[in-house]
Amino acid sequence: MPVYTAPLDDIRFVLHELLNVETLGALPDYEDTASAELINQILEEGAKLCQEELFPLNMSGDQEGCHFDNGEVTTPKGFKEAYKLFAESGWCGVACDPRYGGMGLPHTVNFVMQEMICSANLSFGMYPGLSQGAYDAIYLHGTQAQKDLYLPKLVEGVWSGTMNLTEPQCGTDLGLIRTKAEPHPDQDGSWALSGQKIFISAGEHDLTDNIIHLVLARLPDAPEGVRGISLFIAPKFLSEENNKENTLRCSSIEHKMGIKGSSTCVMDYDGAKGFLLGEAHKGLKAMFTMMNAARLAVGMQGLGMAEVSYQNAVAYAKDRLQMRALEGTKYPDKPADPIIVHPDVRRMLLTGKAVTEGARALSYWVGMALDTAEKSTDPQAKEEAEDLVAILTPIIKAYQTDMGFEIANLAIQVHGGAGYIGEYGVEQYARDARITMIYEGTNGIQALDLVGRKLGQNFGRNLRRFFHPVSAYIEKNQSNPELSEFVFLLAKGFAKLQQSTAIIAQKGLKDPVEAGAASVDYLRQFALVAMAYMWIQMVEKAQEKLESGEGDQDFYAQKIKTARFFFTRMLPEADARFKMIMAGAEPLMDTAESAF
Amino acid sequence: MKILVPVKRAIDYNVKVRVKSDESGVELSNVKMSINPFDEIAVEEAVKLKETGSATEIIVVSIGPDKAQETLRTAMAIGTDRGILVKTEAPTDLGGVEPLAVAKTLKALIDKEEPDLVIMGKQSIDDDSNQTGQMLAALLNWPQATFASKLELSKGKALVTREVDGGLETLSVQLPAIITTDLRLNEPRYASLPNIMKAKKKPLEELTPQDLGVDFTPRLKIVKIKEPAKRQAGIKVESVDALIDKLKNEAKVI
Ligand SMILES: Cc1cc2nc3c(=O)[nH]c(=O)nc-3n(C[C@H](O)[C@H](O)[C@H](O)COP(=O)(O)OP(=O)(O)OC[C@H]3O[C@@H](n4cnc5c(N)ncnc54)[C@H](O)[C@@H]3O)c2cc1C
Repeated sequence: MPVYTAPLDDIRFVLHELLNVETLGALPDYEDTASAELINQILEEGAKLCQEELFPLNMSGDQEGCHFDNGEVTTPKGFKEAYKLFAESGWCGVACDPRYGGMGLPHTVNFVMQEMICSANLSFGMYPGLSQGAYDAIYLHGTQAQKDLYLPKLVEGVWSGTMNLTEPQCGTDLGLIRTKAEPHPDQDGSWALSGQKIFISAGEHDLTDNIIHLVLARLPDAPEGVRGISLFIAPKFLSEENNKENTLRCSSIEHKMGIKGSSTCVMDYDGAKGFLLGEAHKGLKAMFTMMNAARLAVGMQGLGMAEVSYQNAVAYAKDRLQMRALEGTKYPDKPADPIIVHPDVRRMLLTGKAVTEGARALSYWVGMALDTAEKSTDPQAKEEAEDLVAILTPIIKAYQTDMGFEIANLAIQVHGGAGYIGEYGVEQYARDARITMIYEGTNGIQALDLVGRKLGQNFGRNLRRFFHPVSAYIEKNQSNPELSEFVFLLAKGFAKLQQSTAIIAQKGLKDPVEAGAASVDYLRQFALVAMAYMWIQMVEKAQEKLESGEGDQDFYAQKIKTARFFFTRMLPEADARFKMIMAGAEPLMDTAESAF
Repeated sequence: MKILVPVKRAIDYNVKVRVKSDESGVELSNVKMSINPFDEIAVEEAVKLKETGSATEIIVVSIGPDKAQETLRTAMAIGTDRGILVKTEAPTDLGGVEPLAVAKTLKALIDKEEPDLVIMGKQSIDDDSNQTGQMLAALLNWPQATFASKLELSKGKALVTREVDGGLETLSVQLPAIITTDLRLNEPRYASLPNIMKAKKKPLEELTPQDLGVDFTPRLKIVKIKEPAKRQAGIKVESVDALIDKLKNEAKVI
């Protein structure tokens, strides 16, 4: 049976020692909510709920899946009770506005919760996750009346939300959307939506009284393509009309590779009543303002999957006895040594450790920037934080979900044949993690977002928000003997990143194919340097603690060892990616389609 | 009706306990500490009584270091109203603040607060003394009902079902009384997020043992603490006769 214990020690290290999360208390609205004591207590209670209620439903939910019967979807056994407890305990509104019943906690705290929820039960996490997306969209673009109607219910968790973008002919390319919106016959200013949406997560289920669908569709006078898409709110039940059932329905659910406890629905809209959210024809823009938050949330899913996979790999590696250590028998009283003694098993485990701890630091750092961007009253600080979030969002989404799958894959390998067998639970992690690389914009699209939009945005200012602190850090610590082995490697990696950035900017401007061809390798190179920047700061903190003798000395000593693994055995991939970028588009493009 | 619930910050039940290398006690540095599980049950029971209208105020008390404030906040997040911390740097497990000192402290607070009922854990999972409730009842000259697995209040009395060796026993005690909880009394709830946040604003008073005129000097001396001996590996015997022979002559158990 799989195991999961929320990594609260490492979480606290990142929040309090590395990032000083309490400094968020200086922002308006967070005066009362950023205290270390309160955050720790919240996370402890949240961890308990994840470990004891959500995690036990993960495997059974996978085995049972969702059931479909004549338009109705039943979630796996136990989901309903767990959701009720989850919602009633206030976890649907962690970072939501207190005006609508939310807890008003920093996003950073919500990020931690998302990580733990996804480790415990990714499928379960989809339901409140989609509601959060709907909340954000209505919060940012709704009229006051819409906010008053929907937000309190979403925060309370008695209603849930969905995002209806995808149609059979359009996934990545939303310009191809066909769902129509026409003036509703009721002539009450609402719209009648008709069309089919597919792959809609949480489109139908039995967890809440009502489901609030956010639907992208075209108005009659809509211009072609992405500039003609509007966003609508289409509730399953119309509360303003005595809960009359809307003319929309789930016509089937998908059978899929993973996240089987999350319903993935085909939704048919048959003149369904919808209310315009935000401005006409600006639906995609509205969707995108909340999409960044959603992408970061998917990045947290990746981290969560990596963490739980890693934990299970470790547990197995300590338990499974095979062969003797190469340097000589380590456990003579046992018939063989535990596989954790073998170098290759260590490589796999340390990759998991270095990825999860590094990505945790990176994510929470961006979480704090998100809080600053949203709440700061200092325009300069606000702008800087916004830019940093903008540039790092595609990196967090793509890198962390790639790694979520990769670490799950390694966990299978550590388990050997047992990894391929259902009983141990790790094959589920690989299946569940796989989707995170696809939805909310495939990871290929994240890479295009990075090179095509985020690099050039604000005349390169986004990029400087990351580059400047890194170069300042290198400069400051250049002659710091304690850090020198790491500073040297960071500086090298960073120099190459600057180089590839310049080349992509230059070549990509002339030929977008060049930018496209470099994008995925560039994103990975960037991610590795960002991870290195987090790891070196963790080393610095750990050294401080070792010098002062405060706290768990083994923990800090290990941080430095893990950092060394990252710098010497993971960061070099950035060099390889650099070389691939340098190879340019030609090797990709000169093969004729007919040759495939 | 006012209820007083003592809560202790103890080593978390999930922690694998390690003995300090000098055998003077149990390793507590960098170890997760939580509210003693029996006390959490006591808190839950008190909160239930408040929710059903039987109680009006619940006070939680802890004896311990500054960090025990967190334990009080945990109890307040479950739904108790205010906290009192009797601050001490003395260890609160073996060789520190002993059951009698705790009972005397609680008595002093009870004289001051005048609760109608005290619900407390039957023991704490660090030293497993299982004495404080009994001592406190004696000091106060109140009735006691220990190891409660069910509690009902009516007309100034508490009807308490207790787990005893032979089965279940039901006692009726006149209030005010001391009730100590067993594991099956209830299942503590998860603190809700709004309640965790509200707990932060609830009053928390700090006192010292001196304020209450109690002396924490221990009367017992810890000689040493050792881990249980490791189990020896077993052996296979050739026959039943050989087994009987070994049991008789080597192990001397038959
Ligand atoms: C389980 C699950 C849940 C989902 N939940 C939702 C949901 O709740 N709401 C919703 O609206 N949708 C949802 N989706 C749909 C999901 O967001 C899309 O599948 C995804 O955006 C990709 O679109 P597509 O499947 O049409 O792939 P395509 O767009 O056809 O892409 C196929 C491949 O081509 C690549 N590609 C496409 N265009 C480019 C380009 N310009 N440059 C480079 N490469 C490109 C892609 O990266 C991908 O590798 C879900 C899907 C699944 C499987």
